[in-house]
Order: sequence, then C-alpha cells, then structure tokens
Amino acid sequence: MSNNKDQQGEPREQPRLMQHGPGRMGAVEKAKDPRGALRRLMGYLGVYGGRIALAVALTTVSTLLTLAGPYLIGVAIDQYVIPRDWDGLFMISLVLVGVYVLAGATDMVVGWVMAAVSQRSLKDMRRDLFEHVQTLSLGFFDRTQSGDLMSRLTNDIDAIGAVLSQSVAEVTRSSLIIVGVIVAMFILKPWLALASLFVFPIMIVLTAVVGKRARSGFRALQQSMGRLNGVMQETITGQRAVIAFGQQESANRKFGSANADVKALGTKAETLAMLVPPLMGILGNANIAIVAGVGSWMTLQGLATIGTISVFIAYSRRFAEPLRNFSTLYNSLQSALAGAERVFEVLDTEPEIEDDPEAVPVERFRGEVEFRDVDFSYVSGVPVLKRVSFRAEPGQRIAIVGPTGAGKTTMVNILSRFYDIQGGSIAVDGRDIREYKKNDLRRQLGAVLQDVFLFSGSVMDNIRYGRLDATDEEVVEAARLANADGFIRRLPQGYETELSERGSNLSQGQRQLLSIARAIVADPSILILDEATSSVDTRTEVQIQEALKRLMEGRTSFVIAHRLSTIRNADTVLVINKGEIVERGTHEELLAARGFYYRLYMSQFKGTSGGPEFERIIDEPAPAKPQMGGGMGMGGPNPGRMMEMAEAFLKAGAVSPDTAKTPEELGLPPQFRNMVARMSQGPFLEHSGSYYVSEEKLKQMRERSGM
Amino acid sequence: MSSLRRSFGYLRPYARESVFAVILLGLVVTAELSIPRLVQVIIDEGVAKQDMDVILRTSLLMIGASLLSALFMIGNTILAIRASRGFEADLRGALFKKIQTFSFGNLDNYTVGQMLTRLTSDLNQVRLIITMSLRMFTRMPLTFIGSITLMWVTNPRLSLIMVVLLPITLLLVTAFVKIAQPLFTKVQERVDYLNQVLQENLTGIRVVKAFVRMDHEAGRFEGANEELFRTSLKVNRLLSVFMPFIMVLLNLGTVAVLYYGGIQVFTGVASVGQIMAFINYLSSAMFSVIALGAMAGQISAAEASAKRINQVLDEVPEVMEKPDAMTLDNVTGRVVFDDVSFTYGNDGGAPVLTNINFVAEPGTTLAILGATGSGKSSLVNLIPRFYDATGGRVTIDGLDVRGVSLESLRSQVGISLQESILFSGTVRDNIRYGRPDASEEEVVEAAKAAQAHEFITGFPDGYDTVVGQRGVNLSGGQKQRIAIARAILMKPKVLILDDSTSSVDVETEAKIEEELRRLMKDSTNFVIAQRISTVLKADKILVLENGSVAAEGDHATLMETSPIYRDIYESQLGGGVAQ
Repeated sequence: MSNNKDQQGEPREQPRLMQHGPGRMGAVEKAKDPRGALRRLMGYLGVYGGRIALAVALTTVSTLLTLAGPYLIGVAIDQYVIPRDWDGLFMISLVLVGVYVLAGATDMVVGWVMAAVSQRSLKDMRRDLFEHVQTLSLGFFDRTQSGDLMSRLTNDIDAIGAVLSQSVAEVTRSSLIIVGVIVAMFILKPWLALASLFVFPIMIVLTAVVGKRARSGFRALQQSMGRLNGVMQETITGQRAVIAFGQQESANRKFGSANADVKALGTKAETLAMLVPPLMGILGNANIAIVAGVGSWMTLQGLATIGTISVFIAYSRRFAEPLRNFSTLYNSLQSALAGAERVFEVLDTEPEIEDDPEAVPVERFRGEVEFRDVDFSYVSGVPVLKRVSFRAEPGQRIAIVGPTGAGKTTMVNILSRFYDIQGGSIAVDGRDIREYKKNDLRRQLGAVLQDVFLFSGSVMDNIRYGRLDATDEEVVEAARLANADGFIRRLPQGYETELSERGSNLSQGQRQLLSIARAIVADPSILILDEATSSVDTRTEVQIQEALKRLMEGRTSFVIAHRLSTIRNADTVLVINKGEIVERGTHEELLAARGFYYRLYMSQFKGTSGGPEFERIIDEPAPAKPQMGGGMGMGGPNPGRMMEMAEAFLKAGAVSPDTAKTPEELGLPPQFRNMVARMSQGPFLEHSGSYYVSEEKLKQMRERSGM
Repeated sequence: MSSLRRSFGYLRPYARESVFAVILLGLVVTAELSIPRLVQVIIDEGVAKQDMDVILRTSLLMIGASLLSALFMIGNTILAIRASRGFEADLRGALFKKIQTFSFGNLDNYTVGQMLTRLTSDLNQVRLIITMSLRMFTRMPLTFIGSITLMWVTNPRLSLIMVVLLPITLLLVTAFVKIAQPLFTKVQERVDYLNQVLQENLTGIRVVKAFVRMDHEAGRFEGANEELFRTSLKVNRLLSVFMPFIMVLLNLGTVAVLYYGGIQVFTGVASVGQIMAFINYLSSAMFSVIALGAMAGQISAAEASAKRINQVLDEVPEVMEKPDAMTLDNVTGRVVFDDVSFTYGNDGGAPVLTNINFVAEPGTTLAILGATGSGKSSLVNLIPRFYDATGGRVTIDGLDVRGVSLESLRSQVGISLQESILFSGTVRDNIRYGRPDASEEEVVEAAKAAQAHEFITGFPDGYDTVVGQRGVNLSGGQKQRIAIARAILMKPKVLILDDSTSSVDVETEAKIEEELRRLMKDSTNFVIAQRISTVLKADKILVLENGSVAAEGDHATLMETSPIYRDIYESQLGGGVAQ
C-alpha cells in the first residue's frame, strides 16, 4: 500500500466527498473537547496495546523498505545499468524483489492485525453502549428521540470506526514517509532537495486557501440542503393533505426554489473542493519537471547522476500522498471525535435508580398494594400525582378512570419503579417497593399495554418473551388461555410463523391476544392493563374480554378502563382528575354520588334522544361480584340512583298531581318517561305527561333498601 | 446497468458540458502522459548527449504540459460538476413532481422514509456516478490505453512484461471484486440486522424493562454484533491482503523492467531514459486498472439506487383526470353511493368495501360508525377521489366523481383527515392552507367554529404563532381543531371529518358539532367516529362491519333494529369517562 499513491489521488477523493451528501454535507463537525474524547477513545484501543505496537513497528519496517526501493533503482541505474554490470544488475534486482516482497508482506500483516483491532474495539464499543442504554431510565428515553439514539449507535460508531481502522497505521506511515523522504533527499543532494521541495509549501498554502473557501461553500450548501430536505420531508409527510387541498402546485413551487438553491450552491462548493486535486496535480507534475531539469543540469555539471534524478522523481511523487492523507485524516478524525463525544455522552448518562444494597429478593407477592400520599412529577414543579392514596387487597380489581392526561399511566410507571416518587410511599405486601430488588418487583408486575409491542421473531418467541424458560407446552397453554391458540394455528407456520416488523402481519386484536398470552406466561402476581380505546370487531372483542378475565383471575389487577363492563366488574373504581383521586367506589356508588364521575359519564350522553343507557343504570341488575358480597347485586331498580331522582322531585315540590312536572323541567332526560313506564312499583307517578313522586312509596323504598 | 442508463438520460440537457468535459479529459491524459516521455528525452537527448539546450527546452515543455493538464483538469472539473449538479437537481425535480401527481394509492406503496431516501441518498449515489463518469471513469481507461500504447511505442519488447503482468492483475482485480462484492452486501445485511435489533429494542424499551429482559436483549444484540464483527473483519482482512498484493505485483513489474531494460541498455537496444519512462507508464497503467476495480462497487450500489428511483418515476397515478373532465360547479352536494365496492391495490386483495349504497342529502349529517378496519376511512376517501371505487359509482349531484376535474371536485369537498397534518408556518397559514386568499375574518370565523380561536389567541403570537418543528408543540386535540378549521374555511359543499375529534374532549366536541350545524347547514356533512357520542345526533348513521353496511338509520331506529349498534353502544362507556 505504498508505491506511487498519488495516482490514486482521485478515487480516494470520492469517498470523502460522499460525506457531503444530504444530511451530513458540509463543514466537518468539531468535538467540544477533542482531547478528552481522543484520550477516552485511545482507552478503547489500549486493550490492544501489544498488537498496536506490533503494527507500528511493522509499519516502520515496511515504510523504510518502500523508501529503499526507488533508492536502489537509482543505485542500479548509476552503478550497474550505465556501467553495464550484468551480475551487479542481477544481484540488485534480486535484492529489490526481496525488498518489495518483504514490504508487501509486512503491509499485509499490519492490515491483518489492525483490521482485527479496529473491528474488535468497534464491537466492544457497540456492546458497551447498548448494554449501558439498557440500564438507563425511562426518563432518558422520554427525553431522547430514538432516531437520535439510533444514530449514535450506528453513524457515530461508524465514523469512529473509519478512523480507528486506518489512523494508527496511516499516521505512522505518513509521518515516516515525510520525514524519511526529506532526510533521504537532503543526504543525497541537498540542493536538488531544496529545488524539489520548494513547491510543497505552495501546495499546502494553496490547498488550505481553497479548502477554506470550499468549507464555507459547503456550510452554505448545508444550510440550503437543510431547507430543501425540510421542504421535501414536510411535503411528503403531509402529502395526503397536499392532495386533499389541491396544493400540489404550491408544493412544486416551494420545492423548485429550494432545489435551485442547492444546485447553485452545490455547484459552487463542489467545484472549489474538486479543484484541490488538479491543483495538487499541477504542482506534482511541475515538480517532476523541476527535478528533471535541475537534476539534468546538475548531472551535466557532474553534481548529480541520472540515478539520482530517478530517485528524486520517485520521491517527489511519493511526497504528495502523505500530505493529502493528513488532511483527509484530520477531517475524519474531527468527525470521529465529535461522534465519540456523542457516544460518551450516552455512556456517561447515569443508569436508572439503583437497588438499595439491602434490597430483599422476592419470589412471589400476595398482591396487596398500597399507595400512601404519593406525590410525583416528571419535571419538578409540574406535579402529575398529588397525594394519591388507595389500597388494593390481593386479588382485587381496581379500575382507573379519568380524562386524558389525568395521570393514569403514571400510576403504572411508578408502581413498576420506572420512576421514583417524590413523596409518600408505595408498598407491596406491606413493604416499601424501594426495599425490593427492582427486577424482582418488575418480574412480579405484568403489563398488558395498549400499544402491543412485538419483536421480530416467531410467535412462539414473542409469547415466551414473558418468561424465557417457559417450555413449548407452557407457551401453547398460555396461548390457549389467551384465546390466541386458534388464530395462531391458522397462521401459515403456526407457532413458528415469523412476525414481521412490529407484528404488522397481525390484526390489532390478534396482537392484543398475543400480549395477553405473554403476560400469562410471565405469571405475575400483580397485573396492569391498559384497555384498548379503539374498537375491534365484536367477536375478537369478546375473545379479548374473556382472555383478560382469565388473566386477572387470582391476581391483583389495575385496569386503565375504557369499557363499561370492565368498570362494572371492578371492585373499586378510582376516578382520577388532574393527578388526584377525586372519587372512589363502585360504579353504582359513584353514579349515585352524582359527582365528577357522574358528570363525566353523563356528558357522554347529554342530549341523547332516547336510549337505554340511562334506564339501564336504574333498571338492570348489576352483575354479581363474589368478592364484594353482592351488596349492590340485587335485582330491580338501582335504589341509590332512584333516590337521587326522587330528590330532584322533592326539591321541585313535585309531590302531587297538581304540582307534577315534566322531566325536562326537572332536568331529567326524556327517556325518563320510558323508565317510569317500565317500572312496576317505582315511586314516580304520571299525570298527563308530567310526573310527581309519591312520598309514601318513597318511604317504603327507603325502608326496603335500608337507606 | 439498465436503470443507470435510464438515469443518464437526465444528463441530456447538459450534453454540451458533458462532451466538453470528456474532451478535456482526453487532453489532460495526453498532457500527463507526455511527461514521462519528456523525462526520457531530457535524459537520453539532454544528459546523455550533454545538450543543455535540450534540457532547458524539455524542462519548459514539461512545465507547460503540467500547466496545461492542470488547466484542462480545472475546466473538466467545472463542467463535470455543473453537469452533475444540474443533473441532480433535474432528476430530483422530476421525482418530486412525480410524487405530486400521486394519489393515495400510490402513496400506499411507499413509506415516507422510502420516498425521502430516494430523493436524498439514492439520488446522491447516482449523482456521484455521474460525476465519476465525467471524470475518473473516462480518465482511467484513457490513461490505461494511453500508457499501454506509449509503452509499446517506447519499447515494444519491454511491453511483453505487460503481457504477463496485465492478465494477472486483471484476474486479481476481477476476483477481488467477485469475492468482495457479496461480502460488502453481507456486511450491509448485518448492519441492517443490527439496526433492526437496535430499533426494536429502543422502541420496545418499556416492554423490555417491564419483563426484565435486559440480559436477553443484550444477548440478542451481542449476537448481531458478533456477526457484523466477523463479516466486517473478513472484508477488512481481504482488503488488507489484496492491496499490498497488487502493490507487490506492480513493484515486481518495475524490477522486471529494470532488469530486462538494463540488459537492453547493455546491448544498446534501449536507453536509460526509456527505462525511466517505461517504469512510469507501467505504474500508470496498473493504477488505472486498480482504480476501476475499486469503483466497481460504487457502480452496483448506484445501479440499485437508480432502480429505486426509477420505480418511483414509473408509478402511474392511480387517480387520473379524464381528458374531457367537467368542472364541478354550483353543486348542492348530494352524495350518492351506488353499489360501490373497493379493493386496495390492483392485486385482487380482499375487498375493503362491498356493495355500499346510500344517499347523503345536502343539509344533513351522515355519521359512519364501525370497528377499526371496517372501511370507514376508505369509504369517505372515495368522495374526493383519493382512491377510485373498483365497482359501482360515487356521484355528487348525479355526476360521477370520476368524470369531473380533480381540482373542482376537491375544492367542493373539504376533509379533515384522520391524522391531522400541519405544515411548518404560522397557525394562520395552516388554516388558510386550502384557500391562501381567505380574509382574516374568514380565518377567525373558521377557527371559532372549530373551537380553536380561544387557544390560538392564548398563544403570545396568536395567529402568527409558528407551528411545526421549531414552533410550539400543539397537543393532538389542538392540531385536530386547526385541521377542522382548515377544512371549514374551504366552505365546501361536502365536509368530511374523518375521526377528527378523537383527541378533543367531549364538551368541546359537542360545541364544534353545534357550530358546524349552524355554519355548514347547507352542506352535506360526513362524520366518522370511534366514539359513539360523536355520532348520536347525526341525521343518519351507517354502521359498517367488514366493509358492508350492517345497519342504517338514526340513533333511535338503530337502537331498536341493530344488535351491532346496540353492542357498540353498550360496550362503550365512551370517551367521556374512558379517554
């Protein structure tokens, strides 16, 4: 990898220019603390110190050998070719063959060794980074865009890799060539050396000047490229709106001007940058002319020989290459260091909350959960949960309802200790969760989230994700319990069917069933369910409900509820608003209380022109709930609700046929009429389209229900 | 190569630049190759014959030649880059314009990322090949042919060395390309796989943590990492062996020239200058071969890019205007679906809509209810011809939508899409998006109706607030309301709200509905919703199940007649409580 590299000048130029493509086009990004980054980067190489030393030593050998080549050719011309010494020529040719073969061999060894060193340290770095990222808190992922993180793990590592793989050997070689050539030239013929080297300062200055202008050109190009990319990204992301509003022409106009800018600036910047190689070329060629001219003159004067001229021509050709290498290397080192800095930034992020050193391991919870005065905020000063207290007995179902952003998901986050709370305490089985090992705690908490995440892999793998040592039989059994077995068997390869990215070849309902199966395999003692908001088809819906019921059996479950049936089946409904529990109780109790929950519930059906929901609350028996002892489970009208309505009549004084009022006047929905019509023994009586309440019947009812 | 060849067609407007660039390259090569020849002259005619005049004259000639070659090269650079940048801008323009003709069906074939990749990195790959064609690709063969010729001219017998050397080199380079190419592809695959594992891990980090699977994930990643390591190591080692090998070959050739040349000098057949020139030509020829080999990889990468670009260029817009399309004007907005069926794509997939029949009268609201995937959005998308029905017909005031001009159709149909798309710019610009000439009063009126006025005026900059990446972050509900205002501002005869209030709270939603009833009382309104509360007051509700109308009627009727409707109704406590 040594001889006459200047011939290669241009192809080597290409990859560098490729960096100036969209996205990373332009001036080289600089690290904030290049030295620090370099030192840490060297740390990664330090492990391979021995091999690197070997590579440096061998590079030195090969460089010296390569430099010896042209010198020996010069000697051959002067001492054997011109004096016609056949034997000498044969000998020196043999020596040359030996020198070149040896140089090639050492180069191969260096490349072989350094390839391993650089690839291995890259692998190490990738692994370290990945494993570290796994330990970071969810807060970190909230703050960091996954695209940004991806780019650190890929692009930045690649930038570092590019430098690692070439820099060590390249720096050694290039410096040795520069020093070696200068020394050799001056030893051979100082004056010819001066004549030959004087173009190089010009070359350096010229490159620097043009390079600087090119860089500022690239900066401008980068900006306009950014604008163009912005226009393209936005337009294409919003293409459907562009079509809907017929704005294709204006999109084309906007794009057209940005595109023209990029064309103009790109032409300018790239032309400048691409001028450097020809400028180097001119000086290189001119240099040969000078060496040939001056050398020939000196030879005529008896001050030099033809062999010397040949040596000098070869050396001056070789001199340009390391110079160019240095500038390329400098640029890639800069971007590598900037990349390294970003990588280290991630590595330096503190891992999430550590376990207490005295944390107790736990196999299985009974499932008693207690929140006591829990305060929590993601960002200090913006409280998300305020003094939240509640208690769930083992096996109970707790439904959590409330408007969007009320803090429901947060309750899940802090129970899993994805975040630590700022005030109060959370206890499981009577012990603060901070006293458990974090991973034990999470293993005992199963989550079925709305956005089902499937990994690429087989269906079997995805279910087994819940517990890696589950046998195939256990997985199938879990799938059966989750009502997923049926559709899985209908898949092309059954349980071995590969799921495409994020499970896009499954329907939403099927994905939910899989995630339920996964939770069944995990067999947690406490469950957290985030019910899906969007509706799936009726049959799947039934299957999901059934599967969830089985899953919740015998486990303490928290359900962020969106379905009426779920709420009705809950032992306790916690109503959360603005981070506080505003109400709690069963569905019926909450409706009867006529508070926030009631309003939330009614706002849904405000102004409904006829519908059974309103009646049903009153008429239908609430489903039996064994855990609750069936307190509200009796048939017939819901007494609490009825009392409330009666209250409205009493308040309005509608207690006799004369004072009867229409439901509208009382602020009751029109279907109140239907309700009365269907009640056999209610306290409400009709009088020509208006209603009143019978105080006597009301009294009977009160006695009957013990209220 | 056929894909790249087609891309080269976009170079036609720059034919003059391209041709001159190539001609200049020929001159560059000529000037450069003259230098070793001149070295030979200076040694053989000048030094050997002690002729100072020749030395001086030849030196000046050499300087002149190097100056000329540099000048030609500068000229070539300027022309080549002008051509390639122009090429790039033109091809990008063609791509972008093509995308602007797309209908929804065409958009379905690509992700946004795929389209952007074609417009950026794929295009860049192809441009690089164009630039290289106007420079290295032409220069290297010229240099090769020139060097070989000059070797022959200089010393035919020494040229025989090339007969041995050249086939070996060619063989090696070809073999290398053959071996390396699949390896490069393999490395790329490994990189893709690693990225996939990474992407999955980062997206699913919550699940990973919840199931305490960090070790498992680390193992998965390490597996991918290890494979990438092995493959890249192989490639790097191959490279580290190949390059020195070629160099040794070249150097051995040089020694051969020195030895046999030296013998020729003994016998007076050759001169020292010839040997020196010959050594130079030898390395020029060899390097041009190596350089071409090294570029082979880029050509196949560019070919793949060109193929992807052509794929977009070859898209046929699924929805096209008839040549004799009428203008839809002064309509009342009566929408009729007449036995409409619809299937995505032309590959005969499962039908999304089958035999849909209904009439939507002006001044009424038609609500569409159904589970995810039941075909609600597909149905309304047929009205502004985002897709074309595959069976039956959709008419507005009795005119088949396929027979009227797209512009007139879409200006009569206002739609607020399921995913509210806002563009960077001010809030006002966004509301005015469909009608840039709307007055301030109209904008405010639309915003008020969409219940957006209040929060907009709550921003420090009001309607001048910049939204988008560098502007304020709007909540989902706010975005939806701006999108509704944008649709209202069109004053359409047919207004479609496709699940446009899903992130808006129930009370605000009710207000929007009320305003719309007032403002859009002459229009035909379509409302799609997941929440049953959204559809309760509609004049007519269509219940879709698996692409067919399962029930039709107003709320009261459906409660009595449709079990599905009752099911949905009962299963939903709805947004008020549950959102």
